[in-house]
Amino acid sequence: MGLAKRIIPCLDVKDGETVKGTNFVNLRSAGDPVELGKLYSAQGADELVFLDITASYEKRKTFTDMVTRVAQQVNIPFTVGGGINELSDVERLLYAGADKVSVNSAAIRRPELIEEIANRFGSQVCVVAIDARFDSDGWHCYLKGGRERTELNLFDWAREAQERGAGEILFTSMDHDGVKEGFANEALCHLADSLSIPIIASGGAGKKEDFVNAFTQGHADAALAASVFHFGEISIPELKKYLYNEGINVRL
Amino acid sequence: MQVAVVKYNAGNVYSVLNALKRIGIDPILTDDAKLIRQADRVIFPGQGEASNAMAYLRQHGLDEVIRSLRQPVLGICIGQQLLCRHSEEGDVDCIGIFDAEVKRFQPAMHQEKVPCMGWNQLRDVKSPLFENNSYVYFVHSYYVPLCNETIATADYILPYSAALHKDNFYSCQFHPEKSGDVGERIIKRFIEL
Repeated sequence: MGLAKRIIPCLDVKDGETVKGTNFVNLRSAGDPVELGKLYSAQGADELVFLDITASYEKRKTFTDMVTRVAQQVNIPFTVGGGINELSDVERLLYAGADKVSVNSAAIRRPELIEEIANRFGSQVCVVAIDARFDSDGWHCYLKGGRERTELNLFDWAREAQERGAGEILFTSMDHDGVKEGFANEALCHLADSLSIPIIASGGAGKKEDFVNAFTQGHADAALAASVFHFGEISIPELKKYLYNEGINVRL
Repeated sequence: MQVAVVKYNAGNVYSVLNALKRIGIDPILTDDAKLIRQADRVIFPGQGEASNAMAYLRQHGLDEVIRSLRQPVLGICIGQQLLCRHSEEGDVDCIGIFDAEVKRFQPAMHQEKVPCMGWNQLRDVKSPLFENNSYVYFVHSYYVPLCNETIATADYILPYSAALHKDNFYSCQFHPEKSGDVGERIIKRFIEL
């Protein structure tokens, strides 16, 4: 059977609060990332991702405090990302209790960061997140949350990240993100089949079938989504049951 | 109930401490031989590289301390591997409670990625600590082959030891502290042994 395919809700956190609204009416504080993380964990999420989208340097402590509280209260693995520029950021977050960190723009600007993380803490803590878009001449990587285009090719960069010691690739297709018509399965499949590290699919989840396709057509090891979970369009227990009935190996 | 978590140079032990606190235990994190010997339960956790970890344990006399323990001991992840006779990782002799040789995964097919990272099912459970067919969380590149002391198996690339038991020594390759409610129950049962 092998490993179960993972379902990963992603929480955007700003100044210690979740950003995207939710309709979890029964949650005392839907804005508290720790409460929301616990709820997803209880519902059967396999992992959690918390992204710090706080702009200012001063608010980093707020995010680190949140990481400490998540580590105290949540009993599944979680990854944190956003604003990680150097090894000292990684140390701060891992010592606060995160299991993995996700690096994005900083790794493109200075790829040695991946080696530094892998050598210091092991590949398993180093997730390399890649935002990419298909332009006329292929898939290009973008910086700064998609605001700045680079000449770097998605597949070349993903391979380099693996060679430098990345433990996983979190690939977000900017073309599919927010459209809710499925993941970028063709590109996912190419990544998954050409690399030897797990691939997390991100961007495009709208229906339960989209997750099935990310696993069967895209060969992804995990699928990440935000709004479909936050707004209750898809519930995790329902999704996992559906995947199970479709013959996907999931943890029920 | 005094629970000692062995402090050494093998990675993040805070998740183990947090997991114990969640079930109402106030653990001590220590490398003090006396405190470890006195504890009611000892947890030997870890992530990291085997030969460096063994060098540190020997240097601090902790290998002897662990070998001499008579209370229930739980090794987790590299903790399990270090309780074996020898590890291929850094070609190092280990503590030797379990008569097994730790080996590196050799992927046979492309779909089999190393490290093995994620949720897998426990099979062939022969201990009340664990639940057959339950999913638990693994992160590892080296494994303990099936042996006489195996009390649960997992299948990734090949069937291997997910958990071991001999006398007062228990161990698991997976991380119960990260394995959701199932993992929390495992830690609780170990404490209540």
